[in-house]
Amino acid sequence: MNRLSWFNAVSLTLGFAFLYIPMVILIIFSFNDGKLVTVWSGFSTRWYGELVQNEAFLDAAWVTLRVAVFSSTLATVLGTAAAYVMVRGGRFFGRTLFSGMIYAPLVMPEVITGLSLLLLFIGIGLDRGILTIVLAHTTFSMCFVSVVVSSRLVTFDRSLEEAALDLGCSPAQAFRLVTLPIIAPAVISGWLLAFTLSLDDLVIASFTSGPSATTLPIKIFSAVRLGVSPEINALSTLMIAVVTVGVITASLVTKRAMMKQKQDEMAAARAE
Amino acid sequence: MTSDVFTPWDDPQAKPLIQFKNVTKRFGGFTAIDNLSLDIFEREFFALLGPSGCGKTTMMRMLAGFETPTEGHIILSGQDIDPIPPNKRAVNMMFQSYALFPHLSIWENIAFGLRRDKMPKRDLEDRVEEMLRLTRLEQFARRKPHQISGGQRQRVALARSLAKAPKLLLLDEPLGALDKKLRQDTQFELMDIQEKTGTTFVIVTHDQEEAMTVASRVAVMDQGQLKQVATPDRIYENPNSVYVADFIGDVNIIEGRATAQGDETYQINWAEGQTPLTATSATDLSNGQGCHLAIRPEKVTISADRPADAVNAIQGKVHDIAYLGNLSTYYVELANGTIIKAQSANTRRISRRSFTWEDPVWLSWTATAAVLLAN
Repeated sequence: MNRLSWFNAVSLTLGFAFLYIPMVILIIFSFNDGKLVTVWSGFSTRWYGELVQNEAFLDAAWVTLRVAVFSSTLATVLGTAAAYVMVRGGRFFGRTLFSGMIYAPLVMPEVITGLSLLLLFIGIGLDRGILTIVLAHTTFSMCFVSVVVSSRLVTFDRSLEEAALDLGCSPAQAFRLVTLPIIAPAVISGWLLAFTLSLDDLVIASFTSGPSATTLPIKIFSAVRLGVSPEINALSTLMIAVVTVGVITASLVTKRAMMKQKQDEMAAARAE
Repeated sequence: MTSDVFTPWDDPQAKPLIQFKNVTKRFGGFTAIDNLSLDIFEREFFALLGPSGCGKTTMMRMLAGFETPTEGHIILSGQDIDPIPPNKRAVNMMFQSYALFPHLSIWENIAFGLRRDKMPKRDLEDRVEEMLRLTRLEQFARRKPHQISGGQRQRVALARSLAKAPKLLLLDEPLGALDKKLRQDTQFELMDIQEKTGTTFVIVTHDQEEAMTVASRVAVMDQGQLKQVATPDRIYENPNSVYVADFIGDVNIIEGRATAQGDETYQINWAEGQTPLTATSATDLSNGQGCHLAIRPEKVTISADRPADAVNAIQGKVHDIAYLGNLSTYYVELANGTIIKAQSANTRRISRRSFTWEDPVWLSWTATAAVLLAN
C-alpha cells in the first residue's frame, strides 16, 4: 500500500469532512438527551423510543415504502422496455424525438414536472393519493432506469440474441431466456435507483399527494418548519443506517462475484 | 455416379441442398451481394473465402435467416426459405464470438435448442451426453462458459449448434480466436466431426490455409461476387483469374502478350530484351492478346548455371532471402528490375546454403508449371 503524500492526505480529509460532517453531527445529536437540538445534555435513546410511538410518522413511512416499491417496479418495466427499443429498434420513424423525450425528465426542473402532473390529475379528475404519487414517481424515475439499462445493452453481444433465435426461440423467448438474465444486474440497479429516488423525493410528491396520503419527506419537511426536534434526528439517523447497509451489501456482493469470475477465468486459462 | 470419390457437383443428376438463385442484397446504397447464383450439395464442407467486406458473412447471415435477400431466392432442400424466420429453419450457426450463454452451464447451453423443441427429458439427456462425448467435454458439463478455456468454448459452441441435428451448419470464422497450433488441431477435429455426423457445413473464413485444409469446395469471393468455385487443388493449381491466383498462396505474376505456337502452347513476350516464355493453356488466346502468367514460387527452380534442358530460364541476382526454417524464399531481381520469387526446401543446413545476397542465379520452370490467364 502506498503512503499518501501530504497533499493527497489533506485533500482527502477535506473532501470527506465536507461530505460527512453534517451527517455525523446529525447522528450525534439524535442521541442527545435534551429537547434542544444544538445543546448537548447527555446520551440517551429516548427519541428513538418516542419515534416508534409516533403514529403519524409510521403512517407516512408505510406510504413512502409502498409508493417506492410500486413506482420503482413500474418504472423498471417501462424503462427497460424503452431502453430495449432505443438500443435494438434500429432506425425507426421518430427515433430521435423519442430518445430526446425519454431523457428530458432528467434535466426538467422538478417543480415543472410536479406542476404539470398536478394539472393533469386535476384535468382528468383523479383524486390525489397514493395512486397519483406512484404515477408521478414512475414518470420521473423511468428515465433513470432507461439510462442505466441502455448503457448495459449497448455493450451486450448481439450475437447472443441471434444464437437464441437460431436455436429456436421466438423473439419474446429470446428476451426472457437470454437477454433478461444477462442484463439483470443493470435492471436491478435501475430498480434500486428508482427506489431511492422515490424514497427521498419531496418536490414532486408535494404536488401530487393529497390529504389521504403523505410521504415521509413531506412529513419531515413540515415538521421541521415548526422547529427541528430530536425525533427528526433519530428518524434521519435510521434512514442513513438503512441506506448505508444497503449500499455496502450491494457493493460487497458485486465485488465478490467479480473476483470469483476473474479467478475462474485465470484458472481456465492456466488449464489450457 | 460410379466412383466413390465425393464429387456431387460434377453429377448433373445430383440435387443441391442449397441454391442461391440470382441473389442480390443491398444495404442502403451499398451492394453486399451482387446477382449471385450458387449450388451447395448435401454432406459438403463448403468454404466461403474472401477478404473482409467481400460479402461472405452476408451470405451466411442470409442462410441463417438474419438477413433476407433484396432480390432473388434462396432454396433449402427444394423450399424457398426467404419468408421463414431464423427460429423455424433447420439451419444452425456457430458464431464467431461463440455466443455462449454466460448464465447457463455447458450442459444447459447444449440443451438450450433441444428444450425449445420440447424434446422428451430422456431423449434430451441422451442427446446432450452424446454431444458432450463427440466434442470431448464430458468433464466440463457443469461448468459455466467463463470457467473453461478458449478451445473448450469453441467445442461447446460446436456441440450446441450440432445438437439439433441441423440440415445445414454454418460456421462463422470458427477458429479465428484460437492460436495457430490449436487451430490446426481443431481443423482436423472439425473435419472428423463433419464426416461422423454427415452434416453439410458451410464455413466462412478469411484464412485461405484454413479453407484449403477443411473444405471439399472453396468459393473465392470479392465485392459481392463469386470469383471461382472449385476444389482446393483446382483453386490453387488452376486459378481462373489473377485475383484468385493472388489471393490464394504466393504467386509471381508476369504480364505479357501471347502468340500461339502449336497445340495449346503459347509464347509470351513479356519484356524488352528478354527471351520469350513458353506456357501451355487449354483456353484459346488470340495472337497478340494481353495475358498474365501466374507461377507459384515453389515451381520455380533456382540454380547457379543455366539448366541445359529448361524450357523457360531467366537470369537475375539474389535481391533478398526470406528464411522460413523449412523453406527459403529467394527474391531474385531481373535485369529490368522485376522481382521473381523462387522457393526451395532447405534440405541442407543453412551454413551450407548455395546462394547468398547479390549472387547471380538462373531461374527456370517447365512449360506446364505456369497458368496462363487471358486479360
